[in-house]
Amino acid sequence: MSVKLAFEVTRTGFCLNTQLELPSQGVTALFGRSGSGKTTLLRCIAGLERHKGYLSFRDQCWQDDQQELFVPTYQRALGYVFQEASLFPHLRVSGNLEYGFKRVPPPLRHIQPDEVIQLLSLGPLLKRYPDQLSGGQRQRVSLGRAILTSPELLLMDEPLASLDAASKEEILPFLEGLRDELKIPIIYVSHAIDEVIRLADHLVLLQEGKVTAQGPLQALLTARELPFIRTESASTVLQAEVQRPHAGDELTEVCVEGQSLFIARQSVERGRKLRVRIMARDVALSLSPLEDTSFLNCLTVQLLDIQPGLIPSQRLVRLQLGQQILVSRVSSRSATRLNLHSGQMLYALIKGVALT
Amino acid sequence: MLGLTEADVSAFWVTLKLAAVGTVILIILAAPLAWWLAHTRWKGKVIVETLVAMPLVMPPTVMGFYLLLWLGPNGWLGGMLESLGARHLAFTFTGIVLGSMFFSLPFVVQPLQNAFSAAGARALEVAMTLRASPWDRFFTVILPLSRRGFLSAFVLSFAHTFGEFGMILMIGGNIPGETKVASIAIYDHVETMNYSAAHALSLVLVGSSFCLLMLIYVLNRRFKVVGAL
Repeated sequence: MSVKLAFEVTRTGFCLNTQLELPSQGVTALFGRSGSGKTTLLRCIAGLERHKGYLSFRDQCWQDDQQELFVPTYQRALGYVFQEASLFPHLRVSGNLEYGFKRVPPPLRHIQPDEVIQLLSLGPLLKRYPDQLSGGQRQRVSLGRAILTSPELLLMDEPLASLDAASKEEILPFLEGLRDELKIPIIYVSHAIDEVIRLADHLVLLQEGKVTAQGPLQALLTARELPFIRTESASTVLQAEVQRPHAGDELTEVCVEGQSLFIARQSVERGRKLRVRIMARDVALSLSPLEDTSFLNCLTVQLLDIQPGLIPSQRLVRLQLGQQILVSRVSSRSATRLNLHSGQMLYALIKGVALT
Repeated sequence: MLGLTEADVSAFWVTLKLAAVGTVILIILAAPLAWWLAHTRWKGKVIVETLVAMPLVMPPTVMGFYLLLWLGPNGWLGGMLESLGARHLAFTFTGIVLGSMFFSLPFVVQPLQNAFSAAGARALEVAMTLRASPWDRFFTVILPLSRRGFLSAFVLSFAHTFGEFGMILMIGGNIPGETKVASIAIYDHVETMNYSAAHALSLVLVGSSFCLLMLIYVLNRRFKVVGAL
């Protein structure tokens, strides 16, 4: 565990009381509605707000009220990406990028400007001023600026929330790239489940200032006591490994728990680990393997349990696929007609598989 | 020079010196106050803001009168200086510098306060997360982002002092080379019906004010392009 924290914030109409330990790798999403305290929590971690509490990162203690210790933000090895890009308007893109980089002692600089400029495709923008950039470009610069401080912990506060859909799509691949390239823990605040599913490995659910659940993304998405499986976009994320990058017909074959799954062709090498997202509404169930359908993918699964759906006419069926769980949304009538019950062996017919 | 007598030239230089010295000292002293006003959440700040704005509405002679009492040999400040063996400040250059600083206070504090508010807490937070220490943040973020505010403060205070008359007459008197400023010299010329001398000096004031303001507008335009958010 890399980040250990406990905070208590009381403001009029708002109360935050959390104790958390966050993993030292991958992306941890702080997820909740606006007003749930996720941004406040992130700001406490950054030291931008000071409230009663305790905070340590790896072997460094950043705040300990008992010892009256509070390390100011500029002495914490973190990067912070704000919701609005907040670039310095008086500096060119290059000046913005270098601002933090120049302030990190040379031996601690693990990331060079050239790498970041390439990773985020910032080359053509360097000479421009922030007011000459689009929203998406600005956010890319602000990402680069944060990364160039060689942070040991990267904090992101809804970096996509103020962007339009097109700019979001522009930034998301860069965020995924960062997640895979940088080997540092990232704490990502969001209220958009789609972003969280694409980016996060670990999920912390906040509700009215309290942590209501936390765990690996996969487990929480399919947990029966949590609201995720009962939403319209209920889905599961499966771990897959690339088997054959060119499986013909513009497809790539990946392997999930020993079974084959075909996805739209990706330019990846064999053995590469991928995450695929399957929506519950895209999974149909059959008692026998069907050959003459248009479903591209068919997995052999075992029925785990049946949950009530979003509306009475629907059921959510949780399916065991090796160590992983798949969710299918079927009509209550079909559930009765097929006599679905726990332990049953079934064929899951999958219509769409998206890469995350 | 331009038909000015030596006394007129000296009055003009006193005016320039007064405006420059007073403005520079005032900006340095008023900046922390403006910073505090821009960032404090204290409810009583409105009292401070009102006090700062008072010189806008007070007649210069009233201010001059009180300052004269305060700076003079029996006043609080003047008396203290006398007891320390120094001279009181009524009818001295230092006295009119102090007076003009009080007089121009709102013209400096208000633009600076606006600039500091506009530069925003966010820019500071960003700099904080980019490892900038407090002084570093002040010089690399606050100053550049509020340079238009500083420019406005400088111009307003300078121009305001440049043309001040009543208060300087009250606390400075009319000592050539020390407290006799251009506006008082013009008044003297008119009093003695020497209209041509009044014309010459007035023209110099009009010309220099125009040049100063134009310089500022040119600078301001350059800042606008660079500093636009």
